[in-house]
Parts: sequence; structure tokens; C-alpha cells
Amino acid sequence: MRRRWLAAPFLLWSAAFIIIPIFMIIWFALTDQSGSFTWSNILEMGLADNIKALALALLLSIAATLICLVIAYPIAMILAGKKNGRNTMIAMLFILPMWMNFLLRTMAWQTLLEKNGVINTILRVLHLPAVTIINTPGAVILGMVYNFLPFMILPLYTVLSKIDREITYSARDLGAGPFQTFVKITLPLSKPGMISGITMVFVPALTTFVITDLLGGGKVQLIGNTIEQEFIQGSSWHVGSGLSLILMIFVFISMVLVAKYDPQSTGTAIGGRP
Amino acid sequence: MSSFEHAVVFALSIPYNIPMSYKLIELQSVSKSFGDLKVLDNFSLYVRENEFLTLLGPSGCGKTTLLRILGGFETPDEGRILFDGVDITDLAPNKRQLNTVFQKDTLFYHMSVAENIAFGLRIRHASKALIKEKTDYALHLVGLDGFADRMPDSLSGGQAQRIAIARAIVNEPKVLLLDEPLSALDLKLRQDMQYELIRLKEELGITFIYVTHDQEEALTMSDSIVVMNAGRIQQIGTPEDIYNEPKNAFTADFIGDGNIFDALMIHDQHVSILGTDFECVDTGFGENNPVDVIIRPEDVELVSPEKGTIEGIVKSVIFKGVHYEMDVDAHNYHWLVHSTKMVPEGTPVGILVDPFNIQVMHKPSRPDEEAANHA
Repeated sequence: MRRRWLAAPFLLWSAAFIIIPIFMIIWFALTDQSGSFTWSNILEMGLADNIKALALALLLSIAATLICLVIAYPIAMILAGKKNGRNTMIAMLFILPMWMNFLLRTMAWQTLLEKNGVINTILRVLHLPAVTIINTPGAVILGMVYNFLPFMILPLYTVLSKIDREITYSARDLGAGPFQTFVKITLPLSKPGMISGITMVFVPALTTFVITDLLGGGKVQLIGNTIEQEFIQGSSWHVGSGLSLILMIFVFISMVLVAKYDPQSTGTAIGGRP
Repeated sequence: MSSFEHAVVFALSIPYNIPMSYKLIELQSVSKSFGDLKVLDNFSLYVRENEFLTLLGPSGCGKTTLLRILGGFETPDEGRILFDGVDITDLAPNKRQLNTVFQKDTLFYHMSVAENIAFGLRIRHASKALIKEKTDYALHLVGLDGFADRMPDSLSGGQAQRIAIARAIVNEPKVLLLDEPLSALDLKLRQDMQYELIRLKEELGITFIYVTHDQEEALTMSDSIVVMNAGRIQQIGTPEDIYNEPKNAFTADFIGDGNIFDALMIHDQHVSILGTDFECVDTGFGENNPVDVIIRPEDVELVSPEKGTIEGIVKSVIFKGVHYEMDVDAHNYHWLVHSTKMVPEGTPVGILVDPFNIQVMHKPSRPDEEAANHA
């Protein structure tokens, strides 16, 4: 108790970079250029373009999250099943790309997918028809999955490696086949990992604008891009803040929904619940 | 009496009722290696119906691997396993008519106690009424009525292990495999559970195959004990056989306390221990042949120096409750002596051993037959 002052730097940090900015967003969102109160910034979300951008963002991020889950689960199971030592090599293969800058990785995909990019060049050499992936929602989903997959694998791996082999043995011993054991034992026991993974993929995917910029080429407009444009292209900080606030509420609602399916809710989804 | 001797007496008093003819499980020349390590070496054994058979040995002797092979979680490199005369070597674990209680707590922690117990019945699509009836009965058998709705994380170690037993027996297996199920429990609880397990076995009338490294546990509960070391059988027998007539230095040393000697069989019924001629009852070990001899500490009699076969001096005395444990130095060997009569430290004594209590054994022919801490 006497050492409470040791927490001061953290409190200062939180105040300066978390609490004050949030209040600034709320303040900007609820005022107009002249500083007087208004709902109009919030109501901007009601514009057809913005609703479309939000809906598309939800759609693409949900798709990317599900694809991540489907790809990550078997990988995490293989990793968790391997004896120590052998799995470090495999784990490295997934962690290694994360050492590279996020923008660089996404730009690398741009080069691969471009109309005259690496993939199409190879296809042409093989006399196969060229594919149009760049600047489509598909490319954006690809970018999301590629960038956020490790965030799904790691929590799943952690929770799966904690499930004792003897527990699955017990299920087999009591008459369950391999599939029944997976559905009735492994899957429910890995729920906390799935929830963490879904959170860690869904939230950044929902709010991304860089992936859309680089792989969507301005043809795919997500809510993140709209907000970015409001701020960067100087339209209006007030409208940008209003839209941000709505997006935060959406994130919060989805987290509550996810947490509802967590029976022994550890609060991983909506963060730091005691 | 020490708890160990108590265990022996109890083991001797268990009424046996073993049908001698019927082999329920038969292991035929089973071998298994992990890398370069041979865990089971040409292992053959049969288990009779209704038997309480214990696999006893130090850690790493292959007993758990053997149990896993029986459960279907490991496949032997060589050899076959017959169950009721049918080859089950390659049968999946869920298809075998036996259930396992593991050493660790393996309750499904996302399910209530009742759901845990009902797991096997649900897999077999038993009716709700039947599940309820059997779950209640299983809870009653393990003495945990009223625990149905508890979650596993609210149970103590002993309760969790009893639920694991209930979860296994509710499926009415022909054989229950138990892999050191009591090793995580404290001494008092472990002793209580030993009696509970014997009672359970009597009530259910099924075969128990029990793995332990605890000799007292083995002597208390078993109809037969299989002493194992380094993947081989050292001796099979009833608890009294194993204790009174160990076949080699390893068994003698592993079961109970003992004085083990490098000795010389002079001729039938005469063995030279520490250079002194002792009378014994063993025959057929040849003449002037090196042998191992074990004398249990409670079989060493301390008399006045002139009356003993050899003379020694009491080096230390420890009070152990029922008996005194004394260290007697005679002919440069520290004899371990248990007696209810205390002889003070420093007293010269004579050592006398009834010929019947001198157990002569063949010298080990392989390293696994040697005593673990041979003096």
C-alpha cells in the first residue's frame, strides 16, 4: 500500500494517452466547429455511404475472423500436440513474419497480387488466364487473414497446450471416438482461447484502413477508411470523432456478444473485467 | 506394529477367491521401446478374472507403459494382447471393455460431476432415467452422494479421484485399470482409499489391475503382485510369497526392509554369511556356490554374545512406536534389527537367526535382478 506511488508513471501514462484522448474524442464528437453541442456528427453515421462502409467492414472482418479460426485451429492443435523442441521450429515459421513491419508485409502482398504482379506473371508464363484479386474485397480479406492469423494461433495454442493429454485419453477410454472427443472435450475446453483469438482478430480487422488502402486501392471503402479520411484529408475532426465513437460502441457490443458464449467468462473478450 | 507390518498382516487376512482357471487378459511377449530405451522386454503375463493384480516397481520400470498398452494408448512394438481370448492389440481405446483411472486429475473441468460420470453412458446413448440411476449409484459407491451438481474445481484431490473412479465403473467395465490413482493423496486419505478400493472391488466383482511403486499399497490390496524392474518381471506371487520368499535381490530389496548378503552356499542347508556358517532350510543351490541371502530385520534375534551365531555391537537405537530399530555392527556389516525389546547402544550382542528365516536366492543373472542399493 505504501508503494502506491510506484504506480504513478502508469497512471500518468493512462491519463495522458488513454483517458484524455477518449474524452477528447467524445468532446469532438458532440460539438461542432464553433464549439457548441450537436448530435449531427453522430448522426453522420446514418448517411447511406457510411452505413455501407460499416456494413462492409463488419462483413469483411467477420469473414476474416472465421477464416482465421478455421486455419488457425488445426495449426494450433498440431503445435500443441508436438513434443517440446520440435514445435519451436514450426512456431518460428508463424512468428517470423511478425518480425517484419506490418506495412511492408501488406505491401509485399500488393506486389504479389497486382495486375502485372508476381502471381499474374507466373500465370502468364504458364499460359494460364490472369486473375484479378487486387482491389477487391477478397484481397482485403486475404490481407486481414495474413496479418492477423498469428493473433488467432497464439491464444489457441496456449489454451490447447494446457489441456492434458490424459483428459482426451480419458474421453477415449470412456468410449468416445476421436471425433466425439474433439467435439465434446477439446473444443469446449479451448473456448477461452477461441474467444481471445476472435477478439484479437476481429477488432483490428473491423477498424483497419491500411489494408484497405494498400490492397483495396480505394475501391473498397470500409468505415476505418471513412474515419481516416475525415481526419487526414482534413474534412472534419468532429465528424471523424463521431464516427469513431459509434465504431467503438460496435466493438463493445460485439465483445459483449462474444463473451456471452463464454460460460466461465474470464473477461478476456471485453478486457479486464474483475 | 509399523504401518508396513500392519499392511502385511492385513494382506494376509484378505480372503482369496480366485478362480484358478480363467485367463481374462493375456499378454504374449510384449516389447516396447521409446527411442533406445527398452521399456518392456519380452513381457508375458496373464490376468485372471476377478483378480486384484498389482504391477509394482520403481518409476521407469515399465508399469505405466504396460497399463497404457492395455488401455490402448500405446501400441507394443512386438507381441499380442488377448482379452477374453480375442486379440485386441490394435483395437482403439474406445472399443475396449476396460476403463482407466489415471494418476492425474483428468475430470472434464467444463462439466459437472454428474455430467462427468454420465459421459460414457451418454456416448452409448443410454436413456435419461438409466443415466440418473447409474450416476446416483456410482456416487453412492464412492461415498459422494449429493455431489452431482458440483464442478470439478470445487473438489479436493481425494474427491476428484473418487469421481474419476465413479466415472470409470459406471460403464461396468470387465477390467478397471488404475494408474497410481492414490499417489497424489496424503497418507491418511491414501490408507482410507485403499480399503475403499478393496470394498469396491468386492462389491463390483470385476478385475482390477493396479499400478504402484508403493510396496505397502501393493501388499495391502492385491491378490497377486507382479514385481517389475527394467521392463521385466522379477517375481509374480501373492503378497506373502513376495515378502517371505523373494526370488532375487531386487525383489528382496524393493519389498520391505532387509539385510541382504553376498553369501556362499556351502552345501544344502548350510550357507556362509560374512564368513560364518549359518543353518538354513534351502536346498538345491549346489556346493560352494555364490548366492544372495536376505534376512528380514524382524527375524534377527539379539541374544547374549556367547549364545549368538556371530557377535556384534549395538551402534544405534531408534524408537519407532511399536518396535525399536537397531543398527548392529557384526563382522563389518550393519545389521538392521527390529525388535520390541530394546538393547542399549554400545551393548555387545550375539545374533541368532532361525534357519527358516534365512532366505537364499540365486545370484542375479541380469542387472535388473540386482538390488537397487546393494550394500
